[in-house]
Amino acid sequence: MTNDTAGTTLPPAGPARSVHLREDLRVFARNIPGGSRVLDLGCGDGELLDWLIRRRSCTGTGVEREPGAVIAAIGRGVPLIELDIEHELDLFADDSYDAVVLSRTLQALLRPDLVLSAMRRIAPRIIVSMPNFGLWRHRLTLLSGHMPRSRDLPFSWYATPNLHHSTLIDLEPLFDAAGLGIVKRVPLTASGRPRALGQVGANLLASSAIYVLERVGDA
Amino acid sequence: MPEFGDGLGVVETRNVQLFDAKNPLVLTSGEQLDEVVVAYETYGTLNADRSNAIYICHALTGDAHAAGWHPGDRRPGWWDTMIGPGKAIDTDHWFVVCSNMLGGCQGTTGPSSINPATDQPWGLDFPLLDMADFVTVHRALCSHLGVTRLHAAVGGSLGGMQVLRWAIDHPADMDDAVVVAASSRLTAQNIAFSAVGREAIMLDENFHAGRFAELDTNPDVGLAIARMMAHITYNSEEGFQEKFGRDLQYGRSSRGFGVDFAVEGYLEHQGEVFLSRFDALSYLYLTRVMDYFDPFAAPDALDALRKDPVRFLVISFDSDWRFSTEHSRRIVRRLAAAHLPVSFRDIRAPWGHDSFLLTIDSYLATVKAFVESDHEFRYTAWERE
Repeated sequence: MTNDTAGTTLPPAGPARSVHLREDLRVFARNIPGGSRVLDLGCGDGELLDWLIRRRSCTGTGVEREPGAVIAAIGRGVPLIELDIEHELDLFADDSYDAVVLSRTLQALLRPDLVLSAMRRIAPRIIVSMPNFGLWRHRLTLLSGHMPRSRDLPFSWYATPNLHHSTLIDLEPLFDAAGLGIVKRVPLTASGRPRALGQVGANLLASSAIYVLERVGDA
Repeated sequence: MPEFGDGLGVVETRNVQLFDAKNPLVLTSGEQLDEVVVAYETYGTLNADRSNAIYICHALTGDAHAAGWHPGDRRPGWWDTMIGPGKAIDTDHWFVVCSNMLGGCQGTTGPSSINPATDQPWGLDFPLLDMADFVTVHRALCSHLGVTRLHAAVGGSLGGMQVLRWAIDHPADMDDAVVVAASSRLTAQNIAFSAVGREAIMLDENFHAGRFAELDTNPDVGLAIARMMAHITYNSEEGFQEKFGRDLQYGRSSRGFGVDFAVEGYLEHQGEVFLSRFDALSYLYLTRVMDYFDPFAAPDALDALRKDPVRFLVISFDSDWRFSTEHSRRIVRRLAAAHLPVSFRDIRAPWGHDSFLLTIDSYLATVKAFVESDHEFRYTAWERE
């Protein structure tokens, strides 16, 4: 660190403080009560958990496999467990968390239905986000003969981690089948902000959506 | 000092008597030792507010010489890959302490030491030990060194078990606990391997009911066999295959029962080297401590930790079959179920259990990131659960 930038304030010494929170993660954070125990599946570098732990008196655990993200999360002090979300969620006991979060990952899982069932077992509240394949621009791209790409679907068809593409109206029966009721749906713009128009035309106009889900029934 | 590599250079083992007749060591069993000398090394400097100490707990046959070089060494201390200037446990920043454990044979009081009551080596009269007894002695050394609280306790294999015991029993002693390639409860197979090693030692014709030192002899054959067999379990099939394959020791086969394959020569060498640095009685006593270790057994085992949470990092290696990944997962499962902050990685490495001693970048980077991470977390919601 050089000190030659007269007049500017250098960041404080020691570990950087997390002040910024990605737009879509703010929506997650708003739906997690303070003091909750949070399991963040696919937590990346731990940004959301870091914020929840520091600002909201939460505790929690992140799950991640990408090596750089794992080291980043551990380095910022977020408890991080490296495991395979599809096959190893049995590490977590029934009802061991208050909320389980799965951000932008459902579409990349081999069996999203089984993972949702495991999440339902671990916590009563589940928050997931999912890109919307039904966005009008995607529909137009498909009409033009090409597979859609966007900020929420940034990959070419042959090199995408996304195994499943779903519209919002096709996604919702999956939650129902997994024994999860929709408490809230927050449609987002391409920049990850909640849409000004809310639910109006969401399946046509939202780039992605965040769902707050809770257990329904016994299954 | 280029001949001593890029690490700590020359280091020195020191000895201190921590318990005597006026201040005896009372063991978990209720028995007591009126004299306990401990061999230890330190690296780096304890800072003014005494907040930068890291305690290293060694594995079964390790010693206090964790890093740096002793004059005449052909290799540096056993964890030199982990500890040193700029390394994962950076001695430019941390004050590192490593001691030879109670019951050992490399400077710390053990069954081959002189029993002050008889002026003869203890032999099998030495009391049986418990994992908590190692911790009691470690804590006494901390007091002696003026270390009132640890930034971290770190250990691999049996060292990791000491760290687990320490954190569970005395959570206020430390911020972080690093438990590598360890177990919270041995399996029948684990115990079986140790049992065969002990049998080889005790059935050696020179064992003399543990009084071999008095008679100026040593159960060399038994101890070497115990080491050879244990050594097989510390490596992996892939590791052995890569290192030796089916290569012959002397280029051509002699078709007999001698040392014909290269792997046989290697094991023979490992067994022989071991005789010069390890004691058969220590082997018996220390392996037995592992067999009985079961820190999660009591229903209230984690109560103290829940009141004063320690942050855990648990690491396993995917080719470790001595203490497989499942052993580490069990530890993680128990700690996570108690709502404790725990991180876990299963590191890809082909060299089996001994991977914890090797230079594996992802493993060393993980330990470094963890011990250097932000410690405000110590004082967040976990404290108030």
